[in-house]
Amino acid sequence: MLFPIRARADERPARSRRRSGRRSPLATVALVTIGLLLTGGAYTLFTASSGANAAIDLSSPQAIAQGKKLFQANCATCHGLALQGTVAGPSLIGVGAASVDFQVGTGRMPMARDAPQAEARQPVFTDTQTKQLAAYVASVAAGPGLPPSKYLTLTGDATRGAELFRINCAMCHNVAGAGGALTEGKYAPNLQDTTPAHIYEAMLTGPQNMPVFNDDNITPQDKQDIITALKTQAQNEDVGGFTLGDLGPVAEGLFLWIFGLGAIIAFTVWLTARAN
Amino acid sequence: MATEEHTDVVPAGDRTAQSPYSNPAGSAVVRSDSFQNPGMPPHRARVTDTDPKAAKRAERIIVGLFYISIVGAVFAMAAYFAFPIRSNDLGSVRLNNLMVGLGLSFALLAIGVGAVHWGKVLMADHEGVDLRHPQRGDERTRARAVEIFRLADEESGFSRRSIIRNAMIAAFAFLPFPAIFLFRDLGPASGTPAEAYSHTMWKKGLRLTKDPSGVPIKASDVTIGSVFHVIPEGLNDKEDALEEKAKAAVLLMRLDPRQLRISPERRTWNYNGIVAYSKICTHVGCPVALYEQQTHHLLCPCHQSQFDITNEAAVIFGPAKRPLPQLPITVDSEGYLIAQSDFHEPVGPSFWERRGDYNA
Repeated sequence: MLFPIRARADERPARSRRRSGRRSPLATVALVTIGLLLTGGAYTLFTASSGANAAIDLSSPQAIAQGKKLFQANCATCHGLALQGTVAGPSLIGVGAASVDFQVGTGRMPMARDAPQAEARQPVFTDTQTKQLAAYVASVAAGPGLPPSKYLTLTGDATRGAELFRINCAMCHNVAGAGGALTEGKYAPNLQDTTPAHIYEAMLTGPQNMPVFNDDNITPQDKQDIITALKTQAQNEDVGGFTLGDLGPVAEGLFLWIFGLGAIIAFTVWLTARAN
Repeated sequence: MATEEHTDVVPAGDRTAQSPYSNPAGSAVVRSDSFQNPGMPPHRARVTDTDPKAAKRAERIIVGLFYISIVGAVFAMAAYFAFPIRSNDLGSVRLNNLMVGLGLSFALLAIGVGAVHWGKVLMADHEGVDLRHPQRGDERTRARAVEIFRLADEESGFSRRSIIRNAMIAAFAFLPFPAIFLFRDLGPASGTPAEAYSHTMWKKGLRLTKDPSGVPIKASDVTIGSVFHVIPEGLNDKEDALEEKAKAAVLLMRLDPRQLRISPERRTWNYNGIVAYSKICTHVGCPVALYEQQTHHLLCPCHQSQFDITNEAAVIFGPAKRPLPQLPITVDSEGYLIAQSDFHEPVGPSFWERRGDYNA
């Protein structure tokens, strides 16, 4: 049972018959693979060059004009031509550039479908277009601006940041930043791969059901510490081996129930089974 | 001892073999069991019994398993040196543990699997029945035991001197009571536990400060949609700061005042839509802090109780029975948020002495 060895040598078909064909069947697979790699590579190169992190002056009239066009074409249906909001979407007056950069930059907006909450996905707009949209929305009414780049470096105090994260964020986002469930299909997303700018903007603006953590509550320095703590944790090697998504007892318990108990049951069955 | 009384191996299918039920010694009623002992299933020869080639192969597998065990042990030793633990490198600890552990697992598992496989396929294969010994001792032993008890009773005077005996039993009965009284030391040194549960650090004029820094909070800093995690002013300087924090932790939220439904006696408890509620769940005391700023629902992560902040933290889902206690707040002359008083009811889960009429 453990080592099911049977004489099979006589049943094995002769494999050398294929030799006579002109082309190996693997050739097709190889050709398709090469083609896919080439197009994929070219696509990556193209998108990388067109969407490279663009530093735009948000107050420039060109950016605002471009942003206005993009807004009218893509966002005004739900948010209204004057940003006043409709039944389908909230008003964007005063949400600021930070909010637009977060919502559009993470692909949450334009919203894919009506759901308990907008989910992060591949952004629809390039970084330049996102900044132009932000410039337009910020030009209509003042709001929280884009985070200063000096607070986005990972040079904060990770220990202090981890304490702030545990007090203010971990109850929803999980102590390892792995995310967690809320009510009625809503959830706090995983933060391990979120960029520092988007983490900062989320704290500042409180997207969707996340509360607002303004600069009087969590100061810019605090925010940098929190980002540093999150990124340090994500980059640190995990001593325990597989993290199983950092989800804690549910994932780990399920793993043990299935594989640990499964192994014990398999051994028990084998131990008590009669030899063949 | 047991081996001497071992019954001989009974051939398969022999119905005349002595059954444990055939002569129940000492039982007045002879049991008749409707279930007939079907005996042993017919003996089936193993492949290794009939085919010498299969036996040879099984032998090789078993030897191979024991060799795998040796390889595993050697690998574990080699891995100890090949993957050393370097200081300040947690990854090296993981690799070292993994490799040594893998080697040792194979070493142990292969011995076990090899031994069992050996026993199953190559060692002698025949069915046997070991009957249970009767549990009842023979008459002589039983009489002797009764005699010993009688003698002990007579010599000790256990039955005769009943006053001594009863006094001793009473002494044993009283011995555990001091231990029960020592449990009192688990509670607070002064006052009853119920008094400690019923009050927190909050009092009139105490400022609301940020957790963990203790920086006081200005009402103007709390924008709509904000959540502040709040501790009382001066908590960090307290000797029993953690115990006080466990009762006094507060969640501060600001809503549009038009969204708040406020009962008449609580009309002055919020400040321009800024409300403060105890963070300790009324179910079993977890920190309730998962606030959804659009639905204004507060979710407890432990057992999914939900509280509606627009409706004075009323329970809308889950096992919690009472709303979260509200802390009455206002502002002082400098614009900082202060408490008007302590909570008007005990925070956290129920306890024995908790009055039921706080919300009446």
